[in-house]
Formats: sequence, C-alpha cells, structure tokens
Amino acid sequence: MRLFSTSIGRKGVMAVTGLLMVLFVVGHLLGNLTVFKGPDGINAYAEGLHKLVPVVWGTRIVMGSALILHVYMSIQITLENWAANPKKYAVSRSLRATFSSKNMIWTGAAIGAFVIYHLAHFTFRVTPSDLMLGTDTMGRPDVYQMVVDSLSGAVIGGVYLVAMVALCLHLWHGIQSLFQTLGLSNAKLLPEYGLWGKVLSGIFLVGFGAIPAVILAGILK
Amino acid sequence: MSAQASGHGTMNIKLIVWRQAGPDKPGNFETYEAKGITPHHSFLEMLDVVNEDLIKQGKDPITFDHDCREGICGTCSAVVNGVPHGGQKRTTLCQLHMRKFKDGDSIYLEPWRARAFPIIRDLMVDRGALDRLIQAAGWISCHTGGVPDGNSTPIAKRDADYAMDAAECIGCGACVAACPNGAAMLFGGAKVAQYAALPQGQVEAPERVAAMIQAMAENGFGNCSNHYECQAACPKGIDVKFITRLNREFYKALVLDKVGATPPKKS
Ligand code: HEM
Ligand code: SF4
Ligand code: FES
Repeated sequence: MRLFSTSIGRKGVMAVTGLLMVLFVVGHLLGNLTVFKGPDGINAYAEGLHKLVPVVWGTRIVMGSALILHVYMSIQITLENWAANPKKYAVSRSLRATFSSKNMIWTGAAIGAFVIYHLAHFTFRVTPSDLMLGTDTMGRPDVYQMVVDSLSGAVIGGVYLVAMVALCLHLWHGIQSLFQTLGLSNAKLLPEYGLWGKVLSGIFLVGFGAIPAVILAGILK
Repeated sequence: MSAQASGHGTMNIKLIVWRQAGPDKPGNFETYEAKGITPHHSFLEMLDVVNEDLIKQGKDPITFDHDCREGICGTCSAVVNGVPHGGQKRTTLCQLHMRKFKDGDSIYLEPWRARAFPIIRDLMVDRGALDRLIQAAGWISCHTGGVPDGNSTPIAKRDADYAMDAAECIGCGACVAACPNGAAMLFGGAKVAQYAALPQGQVEAPERVAAMIQAMAENGFGNCSNHYECQAACPKGIDVKFITRLNREFYKALVLDKVGATPPKKS
C-alpha cells in the first residue's frame, strides 16, 4: 500500500500510532493514580476495569498493532535517514534540533524494552519469580500490595523511573512532531503544540514517576 | 586610507578547510592562514585573498561555488563551523562579513554533506538533485501564446503573500546540508506549497506532490524527522509551515489515489 511505501505515508502511520499510544498513556496514568487512594482506590479500579472485557481486549489489540507498526516504521525510516546522511561534519552544531529529537530511536528502544518488561512484570507476572498477586480483605485481586512490594526494590523501582524519563524525552519531541507530520500545523500553532507537548510529557514523567518514587521513599506501604 | 593599507583593524584567521581532489578521491582537512583580512571583507572575498596567496605559492586554490555574491542566486555554499552559510540569520555565505569574526579565530570550512549532494571538489558539491526535483514537480502546465490580462485570475492577497514567501527560496540546498537526515523537505515543501496556494497550480496539485515525494526518494534524500534545522539554516527564512503543507497535500493526494507506487530508494 502507498501509505506504507512512501516517505510521508509512513511518517503519517508513525504519527497516528504515536497519537493513539499517547491517548492510551493518558488513560493509563489516570488509572494508575488511583494507587494514591490506597488499596481501595487501585484494587477497585483494577477489578472494575477487568470486568469490561471487550474494552480491555479492544485496547490490547489496538495498542499492540499500533506499537508493532510504529516500531517497524521507525526502524525502517531511521535506517533510511542514516543512509541519506552518511558523512558527518567534523564540526557540527545544532540550531534547533534537540537531544530529544536526535535520540528518538534510542528513547524509543528504551520504551520498547520497558514495555516488554512491564507486561512480563505486572500483566503476565512471570518476573520476578516470587511476585504474588493475592486478594485483599474484600476478595479483590490485591494489585496495590503487588505494586508496592515490587516497586519498593531499588532495582525495579529504578527501572520504572528510568523508563519514564525515556518516555518523557520521546514525547518532548514526539507530540509536536506528530501534528506537524499530519499536516495539522502552521506557523502559529507549531509553538503551541511544542509547549503543550512538553507540558504533557512533563506530566507523564511526574505522574508515573511519582509512583515508584513515593514507594521507594516508603510513603506508600 | 583603507584599513588594509593602514594596517589598522586587520586580522589573521586560521582556516581549516576540507580539500578533496575529486568526487571519488579521499579528502582531508588542510590548515591555511588568512592574513590581512579587514572587517569589510565578505566571507568569499576572504577566500579570494587566501586563494591569491595559494596561487602565488604555486598551490591549488580552494574550489568553492559562488556567482551573484549578493544573496540572490543560491550558489554560494559552505558549512562554517558546523552551520551552513555561517549561521547569521537570513544571510547567505556571500553576504556574511568578516566583521563577524575576530583576529585569531579558527574557522572550519566543510562542503554541504548529504548523500544526494556528491562532492565535486573541495567545497563544491553537485546540487543537480534539486534541479531534478524541479523537473519532476516544480512546474505548472500552461498555454503559451499571448500574455493574459493582468488580474484575469483573481488571487487573494493572503494567498499571493503566502506563495511569495515560499517562492523566496533560492535553491541553495542549505536546508539539505543542515538536515540530520539529508532530506529536502523544506525545498520541496516550499515548491509544493507555492503552487498549491495559487489557482494556476491547484489543477495539478495532487500529481505534483506525489511526483515530488517520489523524486525525493529516487534522488537519495531522506525523510523528515521534524528537527527544524532546515528553517534555522535557511538564508531566506523559509518556514517549516510549508513542510506541514507538503504533508497535508500528500495525504490529499493519497485519498484521491494520485500517488503511484513509490518504493523508497535502496541505498
Ligand atoms: C516502543 C518502541 C518505540 C520506538 C522504537 C519508537 C521510535 C520512534 C522514532 C525513531 C520516532 C521518530 C521517527 C522519525 O525520525 O521521524 C518516533 C516518533 C514518535 N513516537 Fe515513538 N517509538 C516507540 C514507542 C513510542 C510510544 C510508546 C509512544 C507514545 C506513547 C511513541 C510516540 C511517538 C510519537 C508521538 C512520535 C512522533 C511521530 C512523528 O514524528 O510524526 N513512541 N518513535
Ligand atoms: S529552503 Fe532555504 S535553505 Fe533550502 S534551498 Fe531554499 S533558500 Fe536554500
Ligand atoms: S553567491 Fe549568489 S547567493 Fe551567494
């Protein structure tokens, strides 16, 4: 299909899949923040969510496909871009490109590795081998205790924190970029997208990062 | 008395220049001293001084591209300390003056670097790939014959201004040289946007953008990562709003099924 064979077509696919994933991340953050209400917050949320079987599976299928497309296109496009600029300047100075924009493939790779780990950790619960999902006093799966026990370890908590830095860096550039790619920008809107993209990336970093941070600090037990 | 003749206010500059004898020859940096340069010398005049010196010494002068030397033709091209055209806002290399530098400064001079721009010699590169983009998609079809009446096709002032802003591009290729991906999206975007904004260009707009994107792939240019280095380096301040317009026009062409199968060029 032309969408998948042309330069701008493939960037459009990356932008749409990126947007879908950003929307998912917003929802995921709102859900996760219920952990600050204690077991009653997140356990009730998790139980309620998993009763909505079509929603859960619909999201899994859409997000899984989006991620696969996004990663496939990103590797292809990045390799092409490297090939189109084979010789670097001896002295190079960026005027507008940022650390974030120049490292999309690496922050993306870090997020990809984290997504696999994160699913193995809390969704399939295959790592660590002693991970326990018990039941709370009301007979619900005790997601709260599982999360707190797990993230109170410095290594696992640290992995989550680092991953959120990678996500923030990826979206610092990515959010405004997707609007420019989709042709929805202009000279006035571009700085606005830039600003709000950074604000949202910052919210992701602080919001998600607060969970392992607060647990590591021993505030949530 | 000129500053040069009086000896006042002249400066010596160290130049570290990319020398390459031909397209397939290996290249390397050579160091030269530019002596007695005044603040009034343009950058290219400073190179002329160095070349005079080299010729007197029986050495090969530095090959560099230039033509109008007044900032309108887009021929001059070199990367100065990592920035195409030297980094003075909206200024071509020929319009950059030595007053921007200090006595004793070191300046690295490199050619435009991109797969699509093979080096011919030293600082001169082959920008024929931009001409091929124009051949593929930088034109409109129109009848020849008598000159049509002025204003027979009304164009809103807003659209005329927009098209003129895009048409400011002088085709120098600094955008490609600055792009980490060696992409020509600013150049190509300016062309596509310029014609898409005008009634004469709208007729063939979908075919044009499809041809432009195909020609970019065929000529070895990269894809856009929205780094916006192009706009920052462009001596005419061409805005990346023309790239988002290019994207928009391309999606329109996709929906209208005007995009031919265009596999990206294998490298
Ligand atoms: C999982 C592994 C991932 C990889 C390898 C990856 C890689 C990339 C790369 C290389 C780019 C830039 C492409 C270019 O140079 O034009 C990019 C853009 C982007 N990514 Fe990712 N990414 C990943 C995950 C994600 C996730 C989880 C999100 C959202 C939450 C996301 C959102 C975006 C957005 C919004 C863009 C901008 C699209 C555009 O430029 O139009 N990415 N990604
Ligand atoms: S867009 Fe700017 S930098 Fe690119 S070719 Fe035109 S004038 Fe030169
Ligand atoms: S020589 Fe013509 S623009 Fe510099």
